[in-house]
Amino acid sequence: MAHFEKANSIGEWLDQRIGIETLKKVMQSEYWIPKNINFLWAMGMVLAATFGILLVSGIFLLMYYNPSVDLAFDSVNYTIMTEVGYGWLWRHVHGVGASLVFLIIYIHMFTGIYYGSYKRGRELIWLSGMLLFVLFSAEAFSGYMLPWGQMSYWAGMVITNLFSGGSLHADGFVEWIRGDYVPAQAFLSRFFMLHVLLMPLLIIGGIVFHFGTLRLPHVNNQDGEEVDFAESARLWKEGTTESRRESKVIPFSPVFLSKDVFVMGVYFILFFYLVFYHFEFAMDPVNFDPADGLKTPAHIYPEWYFLWSYEILRPFSTNLGLIAFAIAQVIFFTLPFMDRSPNVAPANRRGLFHFWFWAMLADMLVLTFMGKLPPEGIWSQIGLVAAITFFILWIALPIITKIEKKL
Amino acid sequence: MSSRRDFMGMALGGFTALGGIGALMAMKKTWDPLPSVKSAGFTTIDLNDYKENELVTEKWRGKPIFVLKQSKELMAKTTDETKKRLIEINGDHYMVCVGLCTHLGCIPGYNPETEDFLCACHGGMYDATAMVTKAPPPRGLDIPPFRIDGTKLVLGETGPEYEKMLADGTTLKV
Repeated sequence: MAHFEKANSIGEWLDQRIGIETLKKVMQSEYWIPKNINFLWAMGMVLAATFGILLVSGIFLLMYYNPSVDLAFDSVNYTIMTEVGYGWLWRHVHGVGASLVFLIIYIHMFTGIYYGSYKRGRELIWLSGMLLFVLFSAEAFSGYMLPWGQMSYWAGMVITNLFSGGSLHADGFVEWIRGDYVPAQAFLSRFFMLHVLLMPLLIIGGIVFHFGTLRLPHVNNQDGEEVDFAESARLWKEGTTESRRESKVIPFSPVFLSKDVFVMGVYFILFFYLVFYHFEFAMDPVNFDPADGLKTPAHIYPEWYFLWSYEILRPFSTNLGLIAFAIAQVIFFTLPFMDRSPNVAPANRRGLFHFWFWAMLADMLVLTFMGKLPPEGIWSQIGLVAAITFFILWIALPIITKIEKKL
Repeated sequence: MSSRRDFMGMALGGFTALGGIGALMAMKKTWDPLPSVKSAGFTTIDLNDYKENELVTEKWRGKPIFVLKQSKELMAKTTDETKKRLIEINGDHYMVCVGLCTHLGCIPGYNPETEDFLCACHGGMYDATAMVTKAPPPRGLDIPPFRIDGTKLVLGETGPEYEKMLADGTTLKV
């Protein structure tokens, strides 16, 4: 038996048993964040909050959703939307949240790329973040199947067909994924399971891991400056106005978190404006027709956040397209190793890399717009050029960063 | 093996790996199409039911199946190559194929006036034997496995006529 003194407060009682004081220090009051940051550093907590909202709205949708091919469509479009009190609210929050979470993920990613927050000790932050991106993609796709409308069905058909590997004709593998020859009950049930259980579990694990990878290297700052965290922490803890002004850091909670909450406030104004007035941008009209395996929608396209990679698949012949698509899915994982420069600095101080950053961002925007347009005439030409540019930029990255002048 | 502890570790690890592999196999099997799904994968159609140059869409394994009885005019347009795609019963020729575009799986529409198929998704075209006449589709529509039984066709079973089509590359295995 370990030795325990009588506790004088609930806090002390808990501290004796699970060490909450230590936990609070490690996670909040002595987790140091540099002062030299801007609103883009709040995107992590904005994402965490959006995930929380998706989880809560999802729980309420789950209570009335029916994962059966005969009932799924009506359980969403009739029961939840018209019968359940405020059912429409959960659905629109869930749909808008799923779309916005990707917008913020992309902002979060490009912030990291711009400020070089993926190297010199921060590689695992980048890799775990990319893992989360893949998990969120799987979560979004599996969720898109559930209303069992025309777009659900045909997106399910086209995406699972990708796993036949083009000329490999691995149709047995595709049927294994579906549990049937076409997307049917077995397919809907298993994607329901993935969406409400396995993927959320992995995402929560991934978020914990992502936070963990951040703890030792700490977050980057606007100048990529190497901060003496021990010295700055000492100055902050000294507690005088002078020393705190001199310190280059603030504690995560409550100081940094209060900035986060301000940015979240602005973000949620946009979020709920969309939920209440423009939810239709997250609701594809084609998906309001029930799934029909004998009728194809005229134009099949994914949600906006997958368009850039879809456009990399499309302009090439089947096999080449699949290879290009597969590479595009994983290429961002390699960023910390493709960037050969030791500089951790904002892109505008990094010579050619500055050009690379904006070219990559612009190229992905072009791919996104072209992915939505029908692949005809000039649009497919632009799409092809943008897809090739994407790969040229990645091939150029190690070269231009190798010759980059050391700051 | 340097010590008893190493041996215990190896033995535990070995049996755990064995159990893990067993569990993975069970998981793989659980995701396989069910026997009821497999046994529902057969459809019988009677070819006497069809009229010339009138496209009928049947359903097999959840996929649309196009059946088009060829008229004399259509037969006159066929070549040796496209004729191989047709199924002949009692002197009549039938086009039977999976109605999913070989490009990205959309369903092409048939125009009886021009006697060809057009896929609205990306503009692919096929003639009345479902042979591709305009890209992007890489090949003609695939022919489902069939066995001829009198005037009936059992889709899902493989008869000698289908095997011949596979062997000479007229269709890919569906």
